[in-house]
Amino acid sequence: MAAPIGQPRVRLPASAKAGEIIEIRTLISHVMETGNRRDQEGKTIPRDIIKRFVAKFDGQEVFAMDLATAISANPYIAFPFKVEKAGSFEFTWTNDAGEERKSTAELKLA
Amino acid sequence: MTSMGMRRRHLLAAAAGMAVVTTLPRAAGAQMQAATAEAVRKATGGKEPQEGRVTLRLPPIAENGNTVPITVTVDSPMTAADHVKTVWIFADKNPTPDVATFHFTPALGRAQADTRMRLGQTQDVIAVAQMSDGSFYMARTEVKVTIGGCGG
Repeated sequence: MAAPIGQPRVRLPASAKAGEIIEIRTLISHVMETGNRRDQEGKTIPRDIIKRFVAKFDGQEVFAMDLATAISANPYIAFPFKVEKAGSFEFTWTNDAGEERKSTAELKLA
Repeated sequence: MTSMGMRRRHLLAAAAGMAVVTTLPRAAGAQMQAATAEAVRKATGGKEPQEGRVTLRLPPIAENGNTVPITVTVDSPMTAADHVKTVWIFADKNPTPDVATFHFTPALGRAQADTRMRLGQTQDVIAVAQMSDGSFYMARTEVKVTIGGCGG
């Protein structure tokens, strides 16, 4: 069974000026099990990671990341975004089992 | 099996490894593990990455290999006509070299991404960037790891 995908946390300014480049910082709790580890009985613990992150702005994909087992537990992902207009972000994390966790955020023009 | 046979097999394996290394792009600088060289070749489709434009920021010494902060930036205007499309991160001596693949768009305004990675031992971290014109750029940097982070 896949490990739970924890509550996502996203930080970005509530408002920004047009033309400004803001930073969006995201964190989600997840074990990111590599599949290389063994349990106490010597059995391999199956791989179970967040394998994809997608950020959309008003429905348009602006940034995405494919994660491998070498990404640390509780993946932290940050990226810039150039503000042109107000709108809404949607962030999606997907694990190996295809389960998704979504988070949304609004951006206002200052 | 005779020890001679064994030795021959090792020599063959070594020769195969060297063949991989010698076909590496010169921009790679130092040698890479065969698996890493293969991963880079897969990313670029065999094209030779140039040096420059890509900057990797990692601590020179990581006390804990379980969580090593990494920032990759690429020098690009990030316009519709000229932008960074993809950035691959590889760890040369991890059990598997793949770390992350970032997909960029001009909407970002700047080509940058930050994350935290696992490093099993002291090794080179490599970034390969694909530009919208189809060219590739590469950077590499060494991180000394005090405690490895691959759950071994």
